[in-house]
Amino acid sequence: MTDLPLLSARGLTKFYGERLGCRDVTFDLHEGEVLAVVGESGSGKSTLLGLLATELAPSAGAVHYRMRDGAVRDLSELTEAERRLLLRTDWGFVRQDAREGLRMGVSAGGNVGERLMAVGARHYGNIRAAASDWLARVEIEAGRIDDTPKSFSGGMRQRLQIARNLVTHPRLVFMDEPTSGLDVSVQARLLDLIRGLVAELGLAVIIVTHDLAVARLLSHRIMVMRRGRVIETGLTDQVLDDPREAYTQLLVSSVLAA
Amino acid sequence: MTTEQPLIALDDVSKSFTLHLRGGLELAVVSDVSLAVAAGECVVLGGPSGAGKSSILKMIYGNYRADRGRILVRDGAEVVNVASAEPRRILALRRDVMGYVSQFLRVIPRVATLDIVANAARERGIGQQEAMERARRLLSLLNVPERLWQLPPSTFSGGEQQRVNIARGLAADRPVLLLDEPTASLDAKNRAVVVDLIHEKKRAGTAILGIFHDEDVREAVADRIEDVTRFASSRAA
Repeated sequence: MTDLPLLSARGLTKFYGERLGCRDVTFDLHEGEVLAVVGESGSGKSTLLGLLATELAPSAGAVHYRMRDGAVRDLSELTEAERRLLLRTDWGFVRQDAREGLRMGVSAGGNVGERLMAVGARHYGNIRAAASDWLARVEIEAGRIDDTPKSFSGGMRQRLQIARNLVTHPRLVFMDEPTSGLDVSVQARLLDLIRGLVAELGLAVIIVTHDLAVARLLSHRIMVMRRGRVIETGLTDQVLDDPREAYTQLLVSSVLAA
Repeated sequence: MTTEQPLIALDDVSKSFTLHLRGGLELAVVSDVSLAVAAGECVVLGGPSGAGKSSILKMIYGNYRADRGRILVRDGAEVVNVASAEPRRILALRRDVMGYVSQFLRVIPRVATLDIVANAARERGIGQQEAMERARRLLSLLNVPERLWQLPPSTFSGGEQQRVNIARGLAADRPVLLLDEPTASLDAKNRAVVVDLIHEKKRAGTAILGIFHDEDVREAVADRIEDVTRFASSRAA
């Protein structure tokens, strides 16, 4: 375990014109750490995720990332080619709406294989073998490899997104509400799968969720956001069992059983 | 008795809850808690329910925050103040140094009982084969029927789940063990097994801080009893 963070955000701020997205967010993330960003709609958590994943440009502040070669880079200074390579290899992004994270007209095997081809894999047999291995790991039957995700259930689509993202062995995965909108039993299976893979692969994850039970199950640390600011941070079980801020106490007390 | 530095040392630790949803009501829990636990020693927290025994264990584990004072836990040559440590330092302590056993099993869906216990040992770097052997031994000692071992414990009875939880909590060799009423509602036969296992841990040099409701267990395992009522908050409402 190296002591250098994998990612560090300093003073990250985003305004949309006059409107505040998020303000002055500072934190470090180390390899293997799972950080949950919780808060209600409009709290700024999705804006923060967009800034970290370089999908949005900050109004102020910076994100540094330790690349695979060990060099620590300011993400705003990457070339477009470097940024795209990072997104396709060392990072994953699991989206709430699978239609944004998958290619709906492409087969399940193709969705997984495509990421490998993007990083230079050319041998059809190897790509198909890797794809079917990953489909098995996310519990999608081998017989569905040539079907498109259009015919998949919501839970299967999310599992396919996960396979597609993990096939290149990323070190950091962003997740935006990956389980919301799914039936409770489907959610539980997906969370269990994510938890197993994250631990097995030692992934660093930044997961945005409004669901404290998801944060409890998956994350080591929590950041609570409200009105664009981080109002409380700490160990997940500490923040949930001994919340300090009034707003966090309200959030925790509003859940039936977190 | 060893003369080296204690594994756990609390130094004037205070804790209260501020209930913002109740108009900022201050709920004092404990004040100026000072106590120490050495290697191979079992210290039991005594006092009536509501005296703050469980809160003290939770503060040591980093589950509750301390308002004031220092909570020192020794990790090899290093002494870490849990009250001010970074989350990842506390997580490392939990992995390498501190185990916590409550009376409740937080059920892990879909994982077989034997694997739950073996995985707890593996987290501490014990090899797969030895981890499985330990898991089998603990589950048999604790009278969890072998036909259940390959099943996830979510469908087990409360008592069976509790014994799986104890097996999991004792599977690894961490130098510090926090026991929050692990024997509550166990029958006499299984209480006796837990007492034996605690003695085994003490002989291995584990520092144990525990809460035991049952007097027979308390008498059997305690080197000292710390009465928590003397840490009652003077500001208590």
